[in-house]
Amino acid sequence: MKRRRFISDTARTGGTVALAALGLGAYASKAAPLPLLALRPPGARQEKEFLGACIRCGLCVRDCPYGTLKLATMDDEVMLGTPWFTARDVPCEMCEDIPCVAACPTGALDPALTDIDDARMGLAALVNQETCLNFQGLRCEVCYRECPVIDKAITLEMRHNERSGKHTYFIPTVHSDHCTGCGKCERVCVLPEAAIKVLPMALAKGTSADHYRWGWEEKEEAGGSLVSPDPEHRYNLPEGMDYDYEGQGLIRGGQPQQDPFPENPLDSLNQASKDGQ
Amino acid sequence: MSRFRANSSPAEHTRTRWQRNRFLILRRVSQFGILGLFLLGPWAGTWIIKGNLNSSLTLGVLPLSDPFILLQSWLAGLQFGSQALIGALIIALFYFLVGGRAFCAWVCPVNPVTDLAYWLRRKFRLRGNTRIHRNTRYWLLAAVFALATITGLAAWELINPVSVLHRGILFGMGAGWLLILAVFIFDLAVSRRGWCGHLCPMGACYSLLGTHSPLRVRADHRDSCDKCMDCFDVCPEPQVIRPALFGEKDGIGPVVDEANCTNCGRCIDVCSKQVFSFGTRYKTNPFQPNNFEQKEART
Amino acid sequence: MSISRREFIKKNAATAAATAAGISLPALNLALAATEDDIRWDKAPCRFCGTGCSVLVGTQDGRIVATQGDPDAPVNRGLNCIKGYFLSKIMYGKDRLTTPLLRMTDGKYDKEGEFTPVTWDQAFDIMAEKWKAALNDKGPPSVGMFGSGQWTVWEGYAASKLYKGGFRSNNLEPNARHCMASAVAGFIRTFGADEPMGCYDDLEHADAFVLWGSNRAEMHPILWSRLTDRRLTHEKCQVAVLSTFEHRCFDLADNGMVFKPQTDLAILNYIARYIIKTGRVNEEFVRNHTKFVLGNDDIGYGLRPEDPREQNAANADKAGGSTPIDFEQYAKFVEKYDADYVSELSGVPKDKLEALAELYADPDIKVVSYWTMGFNQHTRGTWANNLVYNIHLLTGKISEPGNGPFSLTGQPSACGTAREVGTFAHRLPADLVVMNEGHRAFTEKVWKLPEGTLNGKAQYHAVLQNRMLKDGKINAYWVMCNNNMQAAANLNNETYPGYRNPDNFIVVSDPYPTVTAQAADLILPTAMWTEKEGAYGNAERRTQFWRQQVDAPGEARSDLWQLVQFSRRFKVEEVWPEELLAKKPEYRGKTLYDVLFANGQVDKFPLEEISDDRGNVYNNQESKDFGYYLQKGLYEEYRTFGLEGPKKGHELGEFDDYHKSRGMRWPVIDGKETLWRYRAGYDPLVKEGVEFYGKPDGKALIFALPYEPAAESPDEEFDMWLSTGRVLEHWHSGSMTQRVPELYRAMPDAMLYMHPEDAKKRGLRRGMVAKIESRRGEVTAQIETRGRNRVPEGLVYMPWFDARRLINKLTLDATCPISKETDFKKCAVKVTRA
Repeated sequence: MKRRRFISDTARTGGTVALAALGLGAYASKAAPLPLLALRPPGARQEKEFLGACIRCGLCVRDCPYGTLKLATMDDEVMLGTPWFTARDVPCEMCEDIPCVAACPTGALDPALTDIDDARMGLAALVNQETCLNFQGLRCEVCYRECPVIDKAITLEMRHNERSGKHTYFIPTVHSDHCTGCGKCERVCVLPEAAIKVLPMALAKGTSADHYRWGWEEKEEAGGSLVSPDPEHRYNLPEGMDYDYEGQGLIRGGQPQQDPFPENPLDSLNQASKDGQ
Repeated sequence: MSRFRANSSPAEHTRTRWQRNRFLILRRVSQFGILGLFLLGPWAGTWIIKGNLNSSLTLGVLPLSDPFILLQSWLAGLQFGSQALIGALIIALFYFLVGGRAFCAWVCPVNPVTDLAYWLRRKFRLRGNTRIHRNTRYWLLAAVFALATITGLAAWELINPVSVLHRGILFGMGAGWLLILAVFIFDLAVSRRGWCGHLCPMGACYSLLGTHSPLRVRADHRDSCDKCMDCFDVCPEPQVIRPALFGEKDGIGPVVDEANCTNCGRCIDVCSKQVFSFGTRYKTNPFQPNNFEQKEART
Repeated sequence: MSISRREFIKKNAATAAATAAGISLPALNLALAATEDDIRWDKAPCRFCGTGCSVLVGTQDGRIVATQGDPDAPVNRGLNCIKGYFLSKIMYGKDRLTTPLLRMTDGKYDKEGEFTPVTWDQAFDIMAEKWKAALNDKGPPSVGMFGSGQWTVWEGYAASKLYKGGFRSNNLEPNARHCMASAVAGFIRTFGADEPMGCYDDLEHADAFVLWGSNRAEMHPILWSRLTDRRLTHEKCQVAVLSTFEHRCFDLADNGMVFKPQTDLAILNYIARYIIKTGRVNEEFVRNHTKFVLGNDDIGYGLRPEDPREQNAANADKAGGSTPIDFEQYAKFVEKYDADYVSELSGVPKDKLEALAELYADPDIKVVSYWTMGFNQHTRGTWANNLVYNIHLLTGKISEPGNGPFSLTGQPSACGTAREVGTFAHRLPADLVVMNEGHRAFTEKVWKLPEGTLNGKAQYHAVLQNRMLKDGKINAYWVMCNNNMQAAANLNNETYPGYRNPDNFIVVSDPYPTVTAQAADLILPTAMWTEKEGAYGNAERRTQFWRQQVDAPGEARSDLWQLVQFSRRFKVEEVWPEELLAKKPEYRGKTLYDVLFANGQVDKFPLEEISDDRGNVYNNQESKDFGYYLQKGLYEEYRTFGLEGPKKGHELGEFDDYHKSRGMRWPVIDGKETLWRYRAGYDPLVKEGVEFYGKPDGKALIFALPYEPAAESPDEEFDMWLSTGRVLEHWHSGSMTQRVPELYRAMPDAMLYMHPEDAKKRGLRRGMVAKIESRRGEVTAQIETRGRNRVPEGLVYMPWFDARRLINKLTLDATCPISKETDFKKCAVKVTRA
């Protein structure tokens, strides 16, 4: 009698615990993915690995000199107790000595990260061109100028502004091989809702296919043509004409000029309209 | 409220208030003192201990980590960080020596919460009690480790009230209060000593750690016991007292040799006959050499 | 909740009708549309830098709710920089000053008292008392005023009249003295007339641009956008950038050069030598339009006379002097500036120097030189200006589209107000000067003042004013529309002790509680930008007007209102000696207000309803308060100087025309603007060829001037150069832009830009707080070794917008002895861990 009671008691307890555990497991898996705008400290391992390794001690938070990092509370969508930051509030200031990584007792923040420029907390993406002031020709570029890896992680691509006729569009362009995802750009964007945001790498970055290569890049990398260089070409041309294979194409009036542009821009404009007729 | 309260015992009058509450006060000092040391940094800018109970760094050199948490992380796939491992070993060794569940009584921040619930329970004579088997915590412990292994996450850390409360006080609580409130209500209204005494897998883990700890409560003067039951009344794990106190006839020694004794010392405080004292698990008690012969005779 | 039955039926009827007609009635959308329609749009120039972009200002319910770049404005074509983008927010900082505040204890003025709100009457009472006391005790030089290149044209004009005509004190200076005085002195010395000959259209015609000490990418953002566009769309175009550190312009530079501080003088002479050596002097031009002079050298550093650097200088007292020489002597003078010497001195590689010189020397390259504070804030600033003119004159590359030297201004009306109106200690309107008797006589005639009213001595320039405050020579001082406590060099030892000198009474007019206001005894709340009607003149001589769009908050009143109102407090007898009064007995018993403003000219235009051609009506606080169209009256009187004055070339157009157009570039003659001055065809004042008509013989001067070292160079203890400057996000001292939350967020703190190696050597890392210390003071700031500015080893750079880190505690109050402009770009500091 006693033994039966014991068995049934045990089964009841075990079953209840198992049920609770299943529920918790389901909740945990659900809660595991990092929300889009939550960023991990520099050197954080892949999210899944990170969650296993992080023991939620907050030592990284304590050693962050800028108050960037915080531990997730139950209010946050981030896995409870783990360190994270919101770029728009306080971005990572990219300390040279990376104190947060040094503080991590478990290696959840990878101690192999010794140069902060190698950190990849995410990738900045100019997510909305319509509202970005620079796409309208204004001179904002706050994101660019505040970027700690300026001219590498964000560059300004300059384009002629046809609408004004005499100004330039300075288009901020993010480069994933240098962007650390520190979030400074998102923080300083002057719009009510930032047009540039740091997103998880997987979301922000497209990948190139293997079956097509950028010819110009491959050539530059190889230091010359991947196949044998082009031999010299000769052409059937009327008197007074020349042809420059690599540069200017057909050249009127003999030898290729150093510079195809006349001193007065009106000359070429007028010539073009005459030619048109 | 105690059925056999022996207030009239003449010995009780000879003991000071301090003697009657010594370990309770010391425990509170320890609990809040440790919390205070952690808080000194964020509140006063004096960084003696950084981090939290999960893992901390004292004076920039001494790493301490919680073995229970680290074990979960290890099962979840963590390649040990050396600092955390060293910290966990130090902690494990410490509690191996002083009794695993001393953590519960002397350090854990949830203990004052559940103690308060129990105190209110007694004060207002709340008798409602859902019986839960005290071994449930071991089931839970097994489930926690299984979960970590299966999900690759330290899943228990999503709801572990111990780390939620301690981290919350230090780093910001958020909605964590709700969880602590739930534990409090559970202990107050649902189950007597429900959380710490029956469910908490962290306590369970520590109890295993301290199964063979040398530091023990002993009932060396058990023959003086007048069965007032005061000790049973205050003990968070009363089942651990019985063998040592009443087991003489069954040939059981006076050492409270149960993994779940939290070494809180409350029984020592309340016993007017001074039956209990701290000592070791060994026959020879280096702390009370005058008991030597007596014990020898009894065993 | 009680809708009457009648209303209910009406509503339903409307809905029913709408439904029948197939229209839905989106109540919310209609409401929004109505709101949009309620915005009144009018044009105004941006109130920040000297570029002079134009915006449309949207007003609704008495508040500026929006702005937009004016697509019809020729300068910016609808674009703005990030400061201009936030124009609508600058007036609405939560700590706007709205009432006069006087330092008081127990209800009485006390220099050490607490700021206490008072009425305008109380404010003017105490001011008048202090001014009269000073005038009585020590005479006109004991009252002074420090104004601004951000004043409107008529504010500067009214200030000039009040001080020079009323108080007979020439102690009137604008903060433009810190900004482009060297450009002025350079222009006057070389050409005899102020301001550039070219205009922004040079940007679309030049083949090469050379930036000398101008971080235009950040400081003149819209002009940089135009320059960049030329570089992109004109294949031949080249850009050379010179600076003492790498800034954002180097991004575009074909030839970027970082030179050692002060050696720009040598580089300029090297280019002149190169032009001569390679036989590319435009001989015909040089023969017909220039003369050569040898400028005095060893002219000191504008420090206090007891400073050994002044005592050892041979020509400190005749800094501006020169003696005529000929071309051969000039050629010999520059002979020593060969590539080896200059490259060694400046640290710029020889090939870069030669590439730069070639831009100027090559007759087929049209080149514009631009500069701002790098040249002007320089102990040899006037020289640097003269030397760059030399190059353009030697090659004749001047006064034609795409060719010319062009000094950019920092402030929105440094040209229009500070320079053209003449709010300097030595100037009168339209290029006239107080030292010239004829100029004074003409001014007295226009102003209807007795002969001899104007003081013929240029008194204290900006830096001297602070010294004189400290020395107790100026006792009543009014600071208006600037933040000199944050700007002027050597704060600890000169400015602050001067303001807090117990003998002195300091008044500061400002919209916000700046550090200058904090150091004042009386603060007057000021209306800003479109809270008043105004006019600005930008760097290309373009004068732009705007109407008052909204009323200023509380008791705040415009600088103009304050100046004119204050003049009412003085009886002529109280400020003029009897012999003057005797010449105009009809002025007896009158106030300065009657004499200067209600003089039959300024009050000539009746109070009219101010409206635009779209039927919108605008308030005009000053006209309402004084009973006539004050701004128009002041403008028309001022315009007389250009039309009838002794110096030609400063003609302005009709008042009403300016309210219609997006600005006009003077001289405006017969309603036509002038794009390029001094060349026949473009400039109606020149009949043939080129004539620099600022000089009596029409010939510009080519100056032989040497390289001389800086006033203070790094030594063993103070081992680094400190250069100061600005950032795109903030305007000057940040009193407006730091109050725009977005701009504050974008750049809250001034950082110290430092080379990583320098940081390492001092045990510093990026992000650490460092102490920066000079012989005069110290501040702390975070170290930045990355980012927008790349400084060379041995130099640190810090912007001055941050009131919490007053870098002007460190800077040296050394000036160009000719222009009296402070060198904010060079002093010696040391940097240690804080």
